[in-house]
Amino acid sequence: MGAVIENTTINGKPNQDIFSATLQELAGHDRNIIAVTSDSRGSGKLVAFGKELPDQIVEIGIAEQNLVGVAAGLASAGKKAFAVSPACFLTARALEQIKNDVAYSNNPVRLIGISAGVSYGALGSTHHSLHDFAVLRAINNLIIAAPADNFETREAVKQAVQTNKPLYLRFGKKAMPALTNDEGIAFEFGKGRVIKQGNDLTIIATGETVYPALQAAEKLELEQGLKVTVVSMHTIKPLDAELVLQLAEKTGAMITVEEHSVYGGLGEACASLLLANGYHKPFKIMGIPDEYTVTGSQTEIFDHYGLSADGIALAVTKLLVKQ
Amino acid sequence: MMMTENELAGKSVAYRKKILKYIVGAKAGHTGGSLSCVDILNVLYNSVLNISPQNFTSPDRDRYIQSKGHCVEALYVVLADKGFFPEDDLHTLCRYKSHYIGHPTRKVHGVEQNTGALGHGLPISVGTALAAKMDDKAYRVFTLLGDGELPEGSNWEAALTAAHYKLDNLCAVIDNNKLQITGTNAEVCNTAPIDAKFESFGWAVKQVDGHDIKALNEAFAALPFEKGKPSLIIAHTIKGKGISFMENSVKWHHGVPDKEQYETAIAELDGVTAGN
Repeated sequence: MGAVIENTTINGKPNQDIFSATLQELAGHDRNIIAVTSDSRGSGKLVAFGKELPDQIVEIGIAEQNLVGVAAGLASAGKKAFAVSPACFLTARALEQIKNDVAYSNNPVRLIGISAGVSYGALGSTHHSLHDFAVLRAINNLIIAAPADNFETREAVKQAVQTNKPLYLRFGKKAMPALTNDEGIAFEFGKGRVIKQGNDLTIIATGETVYPALQAAEKLELEQGLKVTVVSMHTIKPLDAELVLQLAEKTGAMITVEEHSVYGGLGEACASLLLANGYHKPFKIMGIPDEYTVTGSQTEIFDHYGLSADGIALAVTKLLVKQ
Repeated sequence: MMMTENELAGKSVAYRKKILKYIVGAKAGHTGGSLSCVDILNVLYNSVLNISPQNFTSPDRDRYIQSKGHCVEALYVVLADKGFFPEDDLHTLCRYKSHYIGHPTRKVHGVEQNTGALGHGLPISVGTALAAKMDDKAYRVFTLLGDGELPEGSNWEAALTAAHYKLDNLCAVIDNNKLQITGTNAEVCNTAPIDAKFESFGWAVKQVDGHDIKALNEAFAALPFEKGKPSLIIAHTIKGKGISFMENSVKWHHGVPDKEQYETAIAELDGVTAGN
């Protein structure tokens, strides 16, 4: 394992812990920041927020449609409402409220999907959100982002406060090491972060799959001498088309990786862009296949579907062999 | 200046004529429901709400959110009368590229929220009323629901939250015309007794004749019905009210009159104006 990876393992916390700590810090200076929860302050790590700022948290109870509708009303009256709920329920049960009350009415609610993807592991498919990118991408007027590490999370929350637009952020429960110690690689919605550069191949990943993608790149470099570009494509929509096309031109192949169904997410967003621009190099979408997942922890599920460092490295090798 | 009951009654007749005129022009619209809720809108906009074209961007204005968005024709004619936009714009109702679509949209000046999918107005209204409480603002939030949309679960979720947060600055009005597209409420999904249900959820409830200007005025003047509780007005109305052949007939949920029916309807309304 290379030195870069070892350095990056320092101080990693779960992104949703960073979300709540950042929000609480910002809310302490801005009374218009309101957390709206659906009996989710525990899993959303907002217990301390509620104790510190009791007038800035609205408990709805387990009623996600109402959570989003109420948040839209708050936002319409000038509140910076953060509607916090497990991603699986927020983006399925309350989808019509997201579409109409938030996006279509242009009420700038910040939708926060916690314990996203397969974070809930063995709790099973009712609690997994592998559909959220797909359904939300088809809704106009919504920024969709999955920060990969603590730095991206902190920046995303700060910018979510400043960006007075409807948006959806998803976070997981697992401690996430820093992707890079170089905070000079700025975070901005709609702009991918190039974490590592190399001309043989590009891996475009998002959320909690960026770290194993980076590990895979290190492994490929060490074992096979491959020079790999790794992008943290934290924003799924609007997609950084300029960066994707630039890397398509510059590098020899492209793989996308996401904690989401292979249908409708980051991979298909890149695929449609590339196809429309005449791309003809090797390309692969990695994610969860169209099935209800195997039982296991998030790590076990990642391993099972090849979303681990080893799995991604193997997929790259196979893709390049086919060339 | 407050309008007299006679003046308001005159407005109701004029609004009904315009609703029919623009629905006929568009060859589309929700005729029966627009005619059942228009007296409520008349009283709200002409004697209750602190909403005008001049104060519409003020954070202190009252809010009106029409949950039963399909009866947008009633809202459009009232907003035009209040000066939010030239009434002539309504000749484009439902036409290619018009902003005046078949449900409320914020592209039309005076419309507070984009509605049309049912069960959305009450949760948004709860959030808006909650923001007023947080900011110590005096504005009030009004929402109009159809009786047919009550089975939407989001209404009951929001009803709980409104009572939980003691939102006595919130008033919901149910246009209780007792008919929906398939038949009577009782046949489709019996929501009765509406009053007892909301009372048990922690609301203060009054029932009025939704076509009686005086009764509506008195009910709105009595808000909040109980300090610390959200208020509900169950307005008993008649679908198609004012046009005898449309009244209480499901056929007119979104029926569009032909030329002869339109002329008959206008003549009936002119008869009311003439005091016949």
